[in-house]
Amino acid sequence: MSDHKHKDEVTGVETTGHDWDGIRELNNPLPKWWLYTFYICIVWSFAYWVVMPAWPYLSGGAWTYTTGVIGYEQRNVVTNELAAIAEGRSETMLKIASMPLEEVASDPALMEVALGAGKAAFGDNCAPCHGSGAQGGKGFPNLNDDDWLWGGTLEDIRVTLTHGIRWDADGDTRQNIMMAYGRDGILTRAEISDVVEHVLSLSGRSEDTDAAARGASIFADQCVACHGAEGKGNRELGAPDLSDHIWLYGEDRASIVQTVSNGRSGVMPAWGGRLGEGTINALTLYVHSLGGGE
Amino acid sequence: MAVSGTPGVKLPGTMTTAAWLVALSLIAGTFLSIVIAAKAQDAPMAAHAWLFAFALSAGAMTLWQRHFSATARGPVQAEDGIGYNDGVVKAGTIATLFWGVAGFLVGVVIAFQLAFPVLNFDTEFLNFGRLRPLHTSAVIFAFGGNALIATSFYVVQRTCRTRLAGDIAPWFVFWGYQLFIVVAATGYLMGVTQSREYAEPEWYADLWLTIVWVVYLLVFLATLAKRKEPHIYVANWFYLAFIVTIAMLHIGNNLAIPESFTSSKSYSLFPGVQDALIQWWYGHNAVGFFLTAGFLGMMYYFVPKRAERPVYSYRLSIVHFWSLIFLYIWAGPHHLHFTALPDWAQTLGMTFSIMLWMPSWGGMINGLMTLSGAWDKLRTDPVIRMLVVSVAFYGMSTFEGPVMSVKAVNSLSHYTDWTIGHVHSGALGWVGFVSFGAVYCLVPWLWKRERLYSMALVSWHFWIATIGIVLYITAMWVSGILQGLMWRAYDAQGFLEYSFAETVAAMHPFYVIRGLGGVLFLLGALVMVYNCWMTILGRVRESEPLPASSPSAAPVGALQSA
Repeated sequence: MSDHKHKDEVTGVETTGHDWDGIRELNNPLPKWWLYTFYICIVWSFAYWVVMPAWPYLSGGAWTYTTGVIGYEQRNVVTNELAAIAEGRSETMLKIASMPLEEVASDPALMEVALGAGKAAFGDNCAPCHGSGAQGGKGFPNLNDDDWLWGGTLEDIRVTLTHGIRWDADGDTRQNIMMAYGRDGILTRAEISDVVEHVLSLSGRSEDTDAAARGASIFADQCVACHGAEGKGNRELGAPDLSDHIWLYGEDRASIVQTVSNGRSGVMPAWGGRLGEGTINALTLYVHSLGGGE
Repeated sequence: MAVSGTPGVKLPGTMTTAAWLVALSLIAGTFLSIVIAAKAQDAPMAAHAWLFAFALSAGAMTLWQRHFSATARGPVQAEDGIGYNDGVVKAGTIATLFWGVAGFLVGVVIAFQLAFPVLNFDTEFLNFGRLRPLHTSAVIFAFGGNALIATSFYVVQRTCRTRLAGDIAPWFVFWGYQLFIVVAATGYLMGVTQSREYAEPEWYADLWLTIVWVVYLLVFLATLAKRKEPHIYVANWFYLAFIVTIAMLHIGNNLAIPESFTSSKSYSLFPGVQDALIQWWYGHNAVGFFLTAGFLGMMYYFVPKRAERPVYSYRLSIVHFWSLIFLYIWAGPHHLHFTALPDWAQTLGMTFSIMLWMPSWGGMINGLMTLSGAWDKLRTDPVIRMLVVSVAFYGMSTFEGPVMSVKAVNSLSHYTDWTIGHVHSGALGWVGFVSFGAVYCLVPWLWKRERLYSMALVSWHFWIATIGIVLYITAMWVSGILQGLMWRAYDAQGFLEYSFAETVAAMHPFYVIRGLGGVLFLLGALVMVYNCWMTILGRVRESEPLPASSPSAAPVGALQSA
């Protein structure tokens, strides 16, 4: 409105004379600390530009940039750091990759590195299915116990890791079939119920001895080839032990009925070719060390 | 279109040549939409084309209805002698409240989805990936954008002492913007996205927003051009910088080629790291010019107006305005530290961010120091308290930002929850509180009420929301730093100490605390909506009768006549 200056009563500072909808402005100078801090930030930035790569410019028709006086290059820093780490343990990792696993296992110095490498690789690659503590879950075996599907010796574990389970891209993958007895019409519902009763009896949980007895003959016809006469399983074939209390897909009756009816075919990727020989061996030693290694 | 409706020539609201042109454009747009709907290659495109056809034809019909009701009503004499266009500001204020609550609610939902993944409900429509952009767009563009449009339309009229330019144009800006929001939001739920952070809407929504935004710019410029004041007030510099720069950023970052004009999918014009740099040039300046410059415009009007004190320093406002505008636009590369972005670009992003510290703080100094001589109002007026705390959060975030842009700090903070905490101290504390303060000022002014329904409820809102913010940002600081430290922890042989899954598990308690903070912030906003609604209805809370029981009643009343 009016363009005349007046003095603000509270602060004693002059206004600029502008007035918008009742808003005036004081004619205060820039705060000193503000201005000097601003200057310092600018000076610091100019200095940083001298030291570090900073400004692009055209040189002979092509774009380039000021490289800075210390020749910093982020890519080199990372490459060198990684190289230094690899260098520092390359000899050890080479031994882990090439020596027989049993010999590595008996050398505490090698084992320290192998377990560190194995733990890190396990966290990145295996934990999503097996859990960060290797405790497993439904459909994913617990690796801490001694209940192995395909064997728990160093060599068994190494083969499983390298070639995977039912991993079709790998010709040497571990392969077996738990048939879908119900879905494929091999057994009737009543027969499945009976055979499940027999399976429950293997771990002492049957409540219907007649049904279990009927199931025993079906079991003998259909199941013993893989699971064995007493249902103890067969590691050669990856057939689980049915007489213990460890159940990959659930131990209750309904889960077992589902398993017999629809079959199961869990998959584990083949890690050979994806992880280096040294890492596979380190993982083998790590998993072997979790508690169930044989 | 922007400067139609010359008073005295024709009744305002009746069909002028410009109005006919608008109507014809809307009808043409309707037909185009129907054709696209019929030939659409995917379901979301068909749905959106129908939505456009419906909205554009409704717009055309509104013009007719407007014409007939204006003819029936006859000429209206403006009470204030200027004829301020407050209708569109009222609509914008209500939209701000509505979208605010919607955006905060989705924020709470996704916060709990992170803490309890089962809340994703195994459906693609409600999973975190689709709801997250729904939340960010709803709070930034729907809540923040409506607050900026409403307040800029109010402030530019008052500080230029002239009616908003254009007759249909301001309403086109308002409704066109709401249509953009609805298209964007429904698109996210249907899986339509450009996958560019804060710029997710696809090409057709972007084109529509471009039209709306250019009209917004024209309305603002035309209003400034016919101002009755010799100078342009500082708030308007900031609003103008916001509108102009957002137009430039929006167009630059959305240069994409649609797969076809009947497909909802498009591909960016830029490859690889150049695309990333364009995106973060946009992304950072969306923060700089939308969430900073725009809301500084709001602050520069509502803080001195509410405090009834002069702005602290005219000189500081000039210097910090130009330095902020000049420096901000360079800072984007700090979002791409330690990526394929060349070293020199990272250096510039970092150094310009550091130089930006003081220019940002200029706004804080001017906001806080304007209170000198009126500090007692912090005790008596909860609206002033809200505005002042918003400026304090602004100061904190604009210090934290430059710190996080330093590469040594960034190597710890980047990709962690620290960033989320930083963004929310700015978003909840600064943008949220300054908008709430402005809404609490605007509602009684616009609806001609002596005072808000209840000042005690403003106080409740203030404390509930403040506790919510503190829970939110402290939880994110702790989890972010913990996360960063866990990611970089190595054992003696140089192997990673923790798997990624372990670091996710470690975040759980902080995610729960963050969610609770969000619940409090949402509750505060609901209290505000209730308070504003009762004010609009003309009620006054019985325990707080009007005459002088609330010390702020007098100043607000006084402002009315100013």
